[in-house]
Amino acid sequence: MPETVISAQNLDLTFETNDGPVHALKDITLDIAEGEFVSLIGPSGCGKTTLLRVIADLETPTGGTVSVNGMTPDEARLARAYGYVFQQSALLPWRTIEENVALPLEVMGLDKATRNQRIVSNLELVNLTGFEKKFPWQLSGGMQQRASIARALAVEPAMLLMDEPFGALDEIVRDHLNEQLLKLWAKTKKTVVFVTHSIPEAVFLSTKIVVMSPRPGRIHEIIDCNLGTDRALDIRETPEFLRIAHQVREGLKAGHSYDE
Amino acid sequence: MTATGFIKDRLVPVGSILLVILIAWYFAAYSMNAPFQRDFDRRAGETRTSVEFLKKTMSQPKPTMPAPHQVATNLWKNTLTVKPWSKRSLVYHSWVTLSATLLGFAMGTALGVAIAIGIVHIPALDRSFLPWIIASQTIPILATAPMIIVLLAAIGVTGLLPKALISTYLSFFPVAVGMVKGLRSPDVLHLDLMRTYSANRMQTLWKLRIPASVPFFFTSMKVAIAASLIGAIVGELPTGAVAGIGSKLLAGSYYSQTVDIFAALIAGSIVAILLVTAVDVVGRFVNTRMGAKSQ
Repeated sequence: MPETVISAQNLDLTFETNDGPVHALKDITLDIAEGEFVSLIGPSGCGKTTLLRVIADLETPTGGTVSVNGMTPDEARLARAYGYVFQQSALLPWRTIEENVALPLEVMGLDKATRNQRIVSNLELVNLTGFEKKFPWQLSGGMQQRASIARALAVEPAMLLMDEPFGALDEIVRDHLNEQLLKLWAKTKKTVVFVTHSIPEAVFLSTKIVVMSPRPGRIHEIIDCNLGTDRALDIRETPEFLRIAHQVREGLKAGHSYDE
Repeated sequence: MTATGFIKDRLVPVGSILLVILIAWYFAAYSMNAPFQRDFDRRAGETRTSVEFLKKTMSQPKPTMPAPHQVATNLWKNTLTVKPWSKRSLVYHSWVTLSATLLGFAMGTALGVAIAIGIVHIPALDRSFLPWIIASQTIPILATAPMIIVLLAAIGVTGLLPKALISTYLSFFPVAVGMVKGLRSPDVLHLDLMRTYSANRMQTLWKLRIPASVPFFFTSMKVAIAASLIGAIVGELPTGAVAGIGSKLLAGSYYSQTVDIFAALIAGSIVAILLVTAVDVVGRFVNTRMGAKSQ
């Protein structure tokens, strides 16, 4: 039985805004085991990004508890237990690709030899060898996002938190990166928490799909999904895939995600 | 830039403006100097043709408004025909002003950056400091400069430093305001990113805030260096007119040497253009090194 690495108990989060309180998360209870690939899916405003940010200690919950690697999110962040990938690549425009990958390593205070070794291996992992000296604007959107994944992996974290990392990319690039991410996950065995609003993406990538519903953001249903480790893109035409996708869609519908 | 591109994009527009200024200047010189010349001729009982009269208005020794060619001749004489280190040379006086400008600019820039870093990091400073900084710039420098010079002279500080301090006073402001904006320019995404790395404030400052503020830094330095020059010139006005562009202006006005005044003004403008251009060139170089797309 794999160990539980992320555990949320009765999590609540209310934002105080000028228009009154907004209930972003309500009574979230979720366990994520080591090595799992968990997708959080739901419409805008369902709190999926907020939940990820709570795990990353970028937001503080107003109720309930959350533990990451047996620590509080704050401790886990200070221990650099996770790598975070944002929706935009968030590369620093004045740094070359290799310098961008080096950024977290410099913050961690690693020596130059270790930094270089991690830059080389992680850029290779995302197929960006040869682009070390380029500046971000010289790369396509998909390549920029791959660079930001390399940057997150360079920290060598136990888990990856990904917030709609491919949301801003076109369908073709997204398919390609989904395949690459899956290979990466199989190779590195990292725990991944992945926020998306794409059903095919969630079903293709995940071992577990958390269907969330909006206002207030809560978990509607958790769907197990394991299509085997060696899947290619064409698995999306199989009946099994379509069955799970249907189940996710039904879950979203029942959670009032399609209401006006 | 190609040669024809340079002619089309730079030389023609700049040249046209220069031509308009020269025409307006000659016209102004004629109309301002004519009453004196008319009066002078009447007393001397001379009658001149219009062309003669026009020439006379352009060649008075102490004109109300010197004509461009008079200023140009003066400038030529006082830069290229005398030794640069002689007291008569505008190069010498420009250098005196320039050295105070550069020292004041360096101190002002350092002070401005330090204030901006303080404001961005210490909320109490943010709330309390900015109004004072803005208030400091509403005090007319022409009124405070003599006081600063006299007070510093009283405690034995004379020469370069008092002038440089007035430059500092004028130049720290644009740098401080620009850098506060620059240091706050990183977006939430990048700040979140640094937070996920558990970066401390110092690391966030060095690796994110300062690099992000570089374009703001150079823009504000362009304003600051021009302000520094003005500060140095103003600082020279009450020093008893020893040396510097300011002292040339003052001496010129004592003895009604309007041509000298204009020549000194032009010399000051040339120094200003050189300084701003120098900051611009360094800024472009740094920008390119920091991966900006070449324009």
